[in-house]
Amino acid sequence: MSTIKSRLRKEKIAKLFMQFAGISITGSLFLIIGIILFKGLPFLSWEMISQVPQGGFYIGKEGGILNAILGSLYLAGLSTVLACLLGIPIAIYLNIYTNQSAALVRASRLLFDVLFGIPSIVYGAIAFSIMVWLGIRASLLGGVITITLLTIPIVVRTLDELLKTTPLDLKNITTSLGATKWETAQVLLKYIKPGIFTAVLLAFGRAIGDVAGVLLTTGFSDNLPLYIDEPAATLPLAIFFQLSSPIPEVQGRAYASALILTFVILFIVICTHILASKQKKHKL
Amino acid sequence: MHTHSSFQTEETQTVSLPVLPHIQIKDLNVYIEDKHILKNINLDIPNNSITSIIGPSGCGKTTLLKTLNRLMDDSKNVKVSGSVLVNGEDIYAKDAEVTHIRKKMGLLSQRPFPLPMSIFDNIAYGPRIHGERNKKVLQHIVENQLKNVGLWEEVKDRLDSSATSLSIGQQQRLCLARGLAVQPEIILGDESTSALDPISTQTIENLLIDLKNDYTIVLVTHILRQARRVSDYIIFVYNGEIIEFGKTEDILLNPQHELTQQYVRGFIS
Repeated sequence: MSTIKSRLRKEKIAKLFMQFAGISITGSLFLIIGIILFKGLPFLSWEMISQVPQGGFYIGKEGGILNAILGSLYLAGLSTVLACLLGIPIAIYLNIYTNQSAALVRASRLLFDVLFGIPSIVYGAIAFSIMVWLGIRASLLGGVITITLLTIPIVVRTLDELLKTTPLDLKNITTSLGATKWETAQVLLKYIKPGIFTAVLLAFGRAIGDVAGVLLTTGFSDNLPLYIDEPAATLPLAIFFQLSSPIPEVQGRAYASALILTFVILFIVICTHILASKQKKHKL
Repeated sequence: MHTHSSFQTEETQTVSLPVLPHIQIKDLNVYIEDKHILKNINLDIPNNSITSIIGPSGCGKTTLLKTLNRLMDDSKNVKVSGSVLVNGEDIYAKDAEVTHIRKKMGLLSQRPFPLPMSIFDNIAYGPRIHGERNKKVLQHIVENQLKNVGLWEEVKDRLDSSATSLSIGQQQRLCLARGLAVQPEIILGDESTSALDPISTQTIENLLIDLKNDYTIVLVTHILRQARRVSDYIIFVYNGEIIEFGKTEDILLNPQHELTQQYVRGFIS
């Protein structure tokens, strides 16, 4: 009978810890958003999001960061699309076309786990040295390739986990109806569709927030990113440059830029959720 | 004329087995990860009747069923030797076309598993992948198959809603209709009623009895009473071997082998 007391005590301790962790972390996140809002909102203006940097922007004069907003959107958008175009087939192949216990399959899963954890500066450095070797200068294209490589492991591992846990029944059913592996894969993809949206979001989030990967490969430009073979600005780098300025006006704009970046991500998250909820109609 | 009559006597002698059994299994051996799961299986499964595979859990019943439509091929580390002839064609032959073989056999799995799509699309899925695009034809197939399994009246107004909105018994009938929509010749049932309530079970059993006029049906079941209710023939499998095969009443009432006797009387399960 004494055990019920100790069990209840364990329950209480576990619950307290969860509440502590939940509240403190959520609180810190709100604090971060609060600070960005507090410091950035006064500097946020239409000019900030509708203009490129004019002469003297970096000493606190007129101009905006439209170049970086567009640059980041292009870079993250293109990389995410490419990462999905390459990552989804890899995940399907790993799960449906291969013998799950084969050494090569297990090795590639391990490899993707490692790639998942490699810091983006490493991707950046490798891509940079290849670009130097090929004689390509820092450009939007270089950034897209680097960030695509960075995000492919995210897409592959997320979908791989989802596909691994799809019921064997589902595979057996389509197979015994005479479906080919590719036709089976299509049904499986339909089954895990909400998970695909998560993978896309994760990839996009990592892509748009990355600094180190684009630092060496994409460069920076005050012009609008019109050509894929020219350097392009990105929001995280824009924030970084402005934040390191001693001028309060420019520092304030750094926070405003961070606010814009947060809104861009929020917008994408909401759009994805709306899309995902519309797709769920026939989900099991 | 003369050959014809001698043909008939031969037929009656061999427990009225048809001349060319729908499914013939010859020297079938299956290994999974070096374990010998099925041992020297030789079997002729009669046409237009229900054959039940019974036996204790883990004896290889389901493996035997799944080797019939080559579903085992997809599992890892499976080695199959011997041959399974369907209409005289070896489905384990090197040049055998797997998707075509599977299309001939409708599988009704343990629990109903609707595809993640609408009721209509669940039935239309099979015909669609086999190239049927005509909307009218598909509608016709869907209606026919749903009528076939007695589901039409219940779902005709909500063909576009998710198949998961159906009750579990309805789902299993939907799965049966989905399998029938690709016009198989054989129905394979893998403990197809084990997740169902008694009334849904009865519905499925009656459907199978009706369907045996047009199909050859092979069921795996661990319920002896079910085997008695529905099947014409029973295969008793023990430890990967076929111990006894015969007419239902012979196996259940007058088993020849000691193991079968013990199983039928409930001493081993």
